[in-house]
Amino acid sequence: MILLRPMFWITLLLAALFIYLPLRNNDAAMREDLILVAVAIILVSNLNLMIGYTGYVNFGHIVFYGLGGYVGMYLVTARGWHLPTAALTAGIVVSLCALLFGLGILRLRGAYFALATIGVLVAVNAFVRNVDAFGRSTGMYLSFESYQPLGGAMRALWITYYLIIGVMVLSMLLSLLIKRSKFGLGLFAIREDEDAAIVLGINTTTYKAIIYSLSAFLPAVAGALVFFKNGMIDPDIAFEYMLSLEGIVMLMLGGQGTVLGAALGAALYERLRSYLLTSPKLSNFHLVIAGGLLLVVVLFASGGLIGWLYKFVPRSQKVIE
Amino acid sequence: MSDLLEVQGVSKRFGGLHAVSNVSFQIREGEILGLIGPNGAGKTTLFNIVNGVYKPDKGTIAFAGKDITGLAPNRVVKMGLSRTHQIVKPLNSLSVLDNVTVGACFGRESLGLNAARETAREVLKRVGLGDRAESSARNLTLASKKRLEVARALAAKPTLLLLDEVLAGLNPTEVTQMIELLRKIRDDGVSVFMIEHVMQAIMKLSDRIVVLNFGQKLAEGTPKEISHDPHVIEAYLGDEDIAEKLMEKN
Repeated sequence: MILLRPMFWITLLLAALFIYLPLRNNDAAMREDLILVAVAIILVSNLNLMIGYTGYVNFGHIVFYGLGGYVGMYLVTARGWHLPTAALTAGIVVSLCALLFGLGILRLRGAYFALATIGVLVAVNAFVRNVDAFGRSTGMYLSFESYQPLGGAMRALWITYYLIIGVMVLSMLLSLLIKRSKFGLGLFAIREDEDAAIVLGINTTTYKAIIYSLSAFLPAVAGALVFFKNGMIDPDIAFEYMLSLEGIVMLMLGGQGTVLGAALGAALYERLRSYLLTSPKLSNFHLVIAGGLLLVVVLFASGGLIGWLYKFVPRSQKVIE
Repeated sequence: MSDLLEVQGVSKRFGGLHAVSNVSFQIREGEILGLIGPNGAGKTTLFNIVNGVYKPDKGTIAFAGKDITGLAPNRVVKMGLSRTHQIVKPLNSLSVLDNVTVGACFGRESLGLNAARETAREVLKRVGLGDRAESSARNLTLASKKRLEVARALAAKPTLLLLDEVLAGLNPTEVTQMIELLRKIRDDGVSVFMIEHVMQAIMKLSDRIVVLNFGQKLAEGTPKEISHDPHVIEAYLGDEDIAEKLMEKN
């Protein structure tokens, strides 16, 4: 029962905090900060399903977020759909795309798979830049009227914010559910030794395809929501290569394979990144920090912050998943 | 007794190497069939063909009356044919219990997580790993890892168990314990097909033995017949006295 697990309540508490904090003073600046954190948590939690659970490193995870943003924006601007249906459809379309990509590249293992994921990112980026319906290199802009169904721009921003928090909670709960399921056990077996997993009876082809496709769904929904809120999308923002790499740093920092680790790493790194990006003297210095952090984690604490906690307080494993 | 496994003229080559050529044999229900032969004779390759890791170039394999030639290992397990690995493949960072739970979850009965965990605990107790259930698989000794291999395969509730050198690298006490375990497994109605270099053990355990040499079947028969077969003595056992001694110890 998920209700009996402390991590379920920790997740809900986190959500309550995200809702309460900006609402207290109707603080729009804080809301924007928290959106960045929430998006990082969404991306990293779903990336964790691939890297932490299944042992397949995806360097191009951001492609799902960007493509979701594009599909969502297209449906809202060109087709006049409402946001919730557009976002949900974006998630479904992108998951199906991922299933298709997955059937092609999931035959590869290790470094070859990782390289292929970069290929997917580059290819989708190039594709989007050449499609008229997606506005080619200039991207797409939202007309102000698109906010009307949600009761005007002001209200639309807040509603979108809550929807993003909802997606964040779902991302964490999804990780939580998979972690203690038969499906999750199968994924862990693949991570540990794929050949052994096959001999033990796991249909690894199907399992990998499902998790790759599933790890695309919520990031795509989030992409549709975020770019709707921003009112515009272009290929450079949608497919930010660097963010894709930083996602891996966030996951390693927090602790791959753990639900809280993914969220914690994402939140900590995102706050640090925002601070460094906005401080005039240290602009772009965050990449130096990212590289340094990755080195330190890989060399000295391969389990990240949560792994470190597990090591010194073994009993914490029962509470923190 | 009917045949549980029927291997008909299988061959497998890797480049110019004939790893297995035109091998045929049967395993009857409830028997222990031994597979011996010099290093590089193709024993493990034959195992890999039987459980579907390799697709044979020629020949057919039938299990419990169904053709399983070229069927993927994960589907073969579901039909009741499990195996262990010569070079152990523990799922290192999972607990010993979880390792065996995987076997039960995705084995013949495709159990749910809770039922699988219960089965796993029973099997662990049976192979003598009950008190190690919660430790990481990577922390086990080699002997325990071999038991873990057997436990995982058993948790799948097989009707035929393929054991690839489960006795190698064990000390005499551990060998005795393992032999005891294998006997019990057979008594529970599981047929066993085992590769082994520990001759005393395989002579003691097997109902029949197949001998491979350079990928070909050299001989087949009861342990007694095998130990007196001149071809086997020449290719594998070395000299007649050894064969005599092996039989005396029985």
